[in-house]
Order: sequence, then C-alpha cells, then structure tokens
Amino acid sequence: MGYKSPLSVLFAESPFKPLQTHIETVHECTQQLTPFLDAVINEDWDEVIVWHKKIRDLEHSADEMKREIRLNLPKGIFLPVDRRDLLDLLSRQDRIANLAKDIAGVIFGRKLTFPKSMKQELKSYVSRNIDACAQAVKAVNELDELITSGFRGQESALVEKLIDELDQIENDSDNQQKELRTQLLALESDLNCIDVMFMYKVIDFIGGLADNAQLVGDRLELMVTR
Amino acid sequence: MDIFAVHGELLIYLALVVGFLMAFGVGANDVANAMGTSVGAKALTIKQAIFVAMIFEFAGAFLAGGQVTSTIRKGIIDANQLAGTPELLVYGMIAALLAAGIWLLIATYFGWPVSTTHSIVGAIVGFAAVGISADIVSWGKVGTIVMSWVVSPLMAGTIAFLIFTSVQKLIINTDNPLENAKRYVPFYMFLAGFMIALVTLYKGLKHVGLDLNFSESLVIAVGAGIVIAVIGKYMISRLKFDPSADRDYHYTNLEKIFGVLMVITACGMAFAHGSNDVANAIGPLAAVVSVVESGGEIAKKSSIPLGVLFLGALGIVVGLAVYGSRVIATVGKKITELTPSRGFAAELAAATTVVLASGTGLPISTTHTLVGAVLGVGLARGIAALNLGIIKTIVTSWVITLPAGALLSITFYFILKGIFGVG
Repeated sequence: MGYKSPLSVLFAESPFKPLQTHIETVHECTQQLTPFLDAVINEDWDEVIVWHKKIRDLEHSADEMKREIRLNLPKGIFLPVDRRDLLDLLSRQDRIANLAKDIAGVIFGRKLTFPKSMKQELKSYVSRNIDACAQAVKAVNELDELITSGFRGQESALVEKLIDELDQIENDSDNQQKELRTQLLALESDLNCIDVMFMYKVIDFIGGLADNAQLVGDRLELMVTR
Repeated sequence: MDIFAVHGELLIYLALVVGFLMAFGVGANDVANAMGTSVGAKALTIKQAIFVAMIFEFAGAFLAGGQVTSTIRKGIIDANQLAGTPELLVYGMIAALLAAGIWLLIATYFGWPVSTTHSIVGAIVGFAAVGISADIVSWGKVGTIVMSWVVSPLMAGTIAFLIFTSVQKLIINTDNPLENAKRYVPFYMFLAGFMIALVTLYKGLKHVGLDLNFSESLVIAVGAGIVIAVIGKYMISRLKFDPSADRDYHYTNLEKIFGVLMVITACGMAFAHGSNDVANAIGPLAAVVSVVESGGEIAKKSSIPLGVLFLGALGIVVGLAVYGSRVIATVGKKITELTPSRGFAAELAAATTVVLASGTGLPISTTHTLVGAVLGVGLARGIAALNLGIIKTIVTSWVITLPAGALLSITFYFILKGIFGVG
C-alpha cells in the first residue's frame, strides 16, 4: 500500500549490472582452474577436492544469478537492446562456467593425469583460455558506458576493439589446442586408451572456454550494431 | 440570494478547507513526481528540491496558471446557464473538490497512479451532467481536454527523443564529450529558459497588467534564455573535474555538467507543474468564492481572487513540506537509473509540453506527460530498462478515474443540495 508513483513503476530494474556480476562470477569460476590444475599435476587429491568444490560452488551461484536475471526480464520490459540478444548473451556467459565445472568434473572423476611432457603447455593453454574470459568481462563491463552513449560513437568503437582482442586470444588458444593434440597423438599409444579419449575431451572443453568467451563478444557486437 | 446571505460564509469556509486539502494533496504527491526525477538523478538533494519546488511552483501558479484555472472554473461547464440558480454551481464545485480529494486519497491508499487533473475534470463533468443538465457541459471543450491527455505524453515523448538524440550527436558520441558538453549545454539551458518565458509572457501575464504581443514576448524570452544560459555557463565553469573518476565509468565528469543543466530544468518542471496543476485546487475554489462574494452573481470578470491563489500556493507548499519530502525520496530512490543527461531531456520535454498546455488553458497530467517524456528517451536507447506495463496501468487509471470522480461528486452534490436547499 501507499503511494506508488507511475514514475517509480516506470523504471524497471536494469539487467545490465546483474549481467556484469554474472560474468564476473563466471570468470572467477574459471580462474579456479589454475590452482585446480596445479593440484592435479602435483597429484595432491585432497587439494584437488577443495578446488573442485570451489568451482562447483561458483558455477552454482552463476546459475542462480542467471535464473534471477531471467525472472526479472518479463516481456513488458523495454530495453535499449534486443531482449533475445541479451538472454542469449547471458546463456553464453553461463555456458563458460558450465564448461569449467565439466573440465574439473572429468579430471577429478577419473583422477586424470596428463603426461608430464604436456604439463607446461597445458598450463599455458588453460591460462590463455582464462585470459579470454577476462577479456569478455572487460567487454561486458562496458555495457554501462554503451547505454550512456546510446550504443554509438567512441564507446562502441572501444567495445569493437576489445572484441577484436578477444578474437586474437581465441585464435591463440586454437593454436595451442592444435599443438596439444599433436603432442597427445604422439604419446597416445603408450597411454590408457580410455584416459586418452577423455584427455582429448578435456582439451576440447578447455578450448570451449575461449570459444564461448568469443561468442559472448559476438552477442555484444550484435547489440552494439543493432 | 437568501442562501448566500444565510450560509455564504459557511460555504466559503467549506470551499476553502476542501480547496486547501486538495492543494495539500497536489503538493504531497504530484510535486513529488515533478521533482523526484531531479532527486533520482542526484542533480538536487531532497531539501534543494523542496526549496526549488516552493519557489517555482508558486511562480508558475501565479504567473502562468490563469488559463487553466479559468478553464476549470468556467470552461468545462457553461456557468451562464446557471445565472438563475448560482447556488447549484457553488454546491457542485465544492462537491467536485471533495470528490476529487477523496478519490485521490482512495487511489493513493491502493497505490493507483491517478492524476489530480483527471479526477477534478471527471468530478466537474459528473455533477454538471447528472446533477444539473447534460446541456450545460461544454462537451466540445471536454473532448479537447481528453484529447490533450493522449497528445501531451506523445508530444513530450517526441520532444524528449529529439532532445536526447541531439545530445548523443553533439556531445556524448564525439571525440571530446566533456569539451562539447561545456560548449553545447548552455544552449539547452537557453532553450529551457526561452520556451518557458515565451509561453508565460505571451499567454499568462495579462492579469498582472502586462499585455505583451508576440514579438515583444519573443524578444524578452530570448533575453531570459540568454540570462539563464549565462548563469548556467558560470555554474559549469565553477565545476571541478576529477579525471580519475572517469576510470570506472567514463562519463562521471560529463554527468556533472548535465547535473547543472538539470537544476535548471528542475526549476522549469516545477514552474510548469505550478502553472497547470495548481488550477485543479483553486479553479473550483475561485468559482465558489467569486459567486458567493458577489452575492450570487456568476462573475464575468476573469481575475482570480489573489487570496484564493495564495491559499492554493500555500496548500501546495504545506503539503510539500509535510509529506512531499518522503514521497520525493521514494520516487527518487526508484529512478536512480535516470542519469542527468537523460533526466534533463525528459524534464525539458515535459516542462515544455506542460507549459504549452497551460498557455492554451488545457488541464493535463504533469506526471503522465513526464512518463511519456521518459519513454521518449528510452526509445533513443537511453535507459537501461523500462516497464511498459505502466502504459496499460495509466490508461486504466484514466478509464476508472473519470467515472469514479463523477460518481463521488454527484453524490456530494446531492448531499449539499439537500442540506442547504435551493434558493
């Protein structure tokens, strides 16, 4: 009860801040892969459990945020961007956290240890993929400014530049992925063949982080150029 | 007239009390919408908003409120047909004030976005058409008024869209937004001062003895615009910019400049609101006072008794002081998404539309006009998220308010007629 001004009803809750919080959580989730992988490489499984749980928890809170944002975006909300683009951006962001959880899940579930010779490459591959997520965060964080500028001019040029950089990072990750596959191919005859199958899968999953980060950039670009 | 000889004073007191309460309601709720945008955008603190509102609401009511007051007083119903039974007009106007006031209380309690203007117009049409005769209602005028309720938000929306698009082109999307803001913002200040001054001078100042023709008004309005722009430019030059504030959000310093502009459009908004909405309370009151004081003559002169105007302004100021700050705070808190660069565009568009309506004597809803203006900024991709459901709510409130106000005023009209009788 009490007086509700039509003006205060007019302003709906902005989905953009929560969207930024969401991708920050997703990024934090992927960042845990670094200590997780270190623990795996050291075969310190107690430590692995701790980081695995942390990744699962962060993925879970990202999921909750995603649900919250969707619930706050009924059809009657008028946004400066296409509502579908925004929801698509959100599910791309969320996909990154899901992948991080899958990577940790497969490695932990099978107690998968990669061949020693691949470890250094693998670490830098993971870290490049986390870079891609960090770059996506940077781009999504420009949404406030994009709204202020009405998605035009200088600000949209800046976002274009960030997205170009993101593409570059994804490209690096692709090259590293190729390199890792070649290495694994050379070693696979000496390894447990089921483990090898899952190693390929994990390499795919890790590369998926940058792929999805790039797709986040794509969606953002669509919003800007609508 | 025996009735006025016996009950005249009582009727006037009754009208004064009800009129004052109505003005109080306008001050408590409506003003909050007009000022809440500036508070939400953090261009003004609540105290400053109340201060601005007190001065400019009064100025607007006094300098530019005459046309709308006279529409409410004698434009909706043809009072000349009541020359033989002036007491009916007095009962009706008191009933209309009571009805609108009570309807506003009910609506406020349930949180419906009801407009004071619509309530009072519905109430006046109601008692006249049902209580007296459908013939005395100037249906053509009523039609124009209702049309203006649809046109005013659309017009404000279009103007707001154009203003905000020009801001994007001239300032925000340029290589140096800050420098361009310093260059172009005074121009918008000029526009705000010029528009309001022009309409006021051309339409509103006859009653203070100034009858200016269009070209005279134009010249003075240009002067007023320039004075305001110069004051604004000086205020901008005194701003301190902190480059480090732009690190997280690149437009922090830019919004400071628009903040100054918004102080000016807030004054314009309060002025516009005063020029249109004060009439809701004092229009019927003026009708009652002039009929009773002239001993039953349906007054032909158009001047509003100064005491009545003062009472209306006082009611608004008291309402504002007692409840206004709380309501402004609530409204302001909800609309923090509105930054000064958008808020000024909405306010300037709404104020221009409302002042134009005031000059034409059309009672419109300031709040609904402001909603239209904000939607216009939204269409220019300027606002993060708007709830379009409000449009349906507002249209529903129009459809309900007219019959509700009418029904209540018909009831009060017959009660008053029963108590005081017909001379």
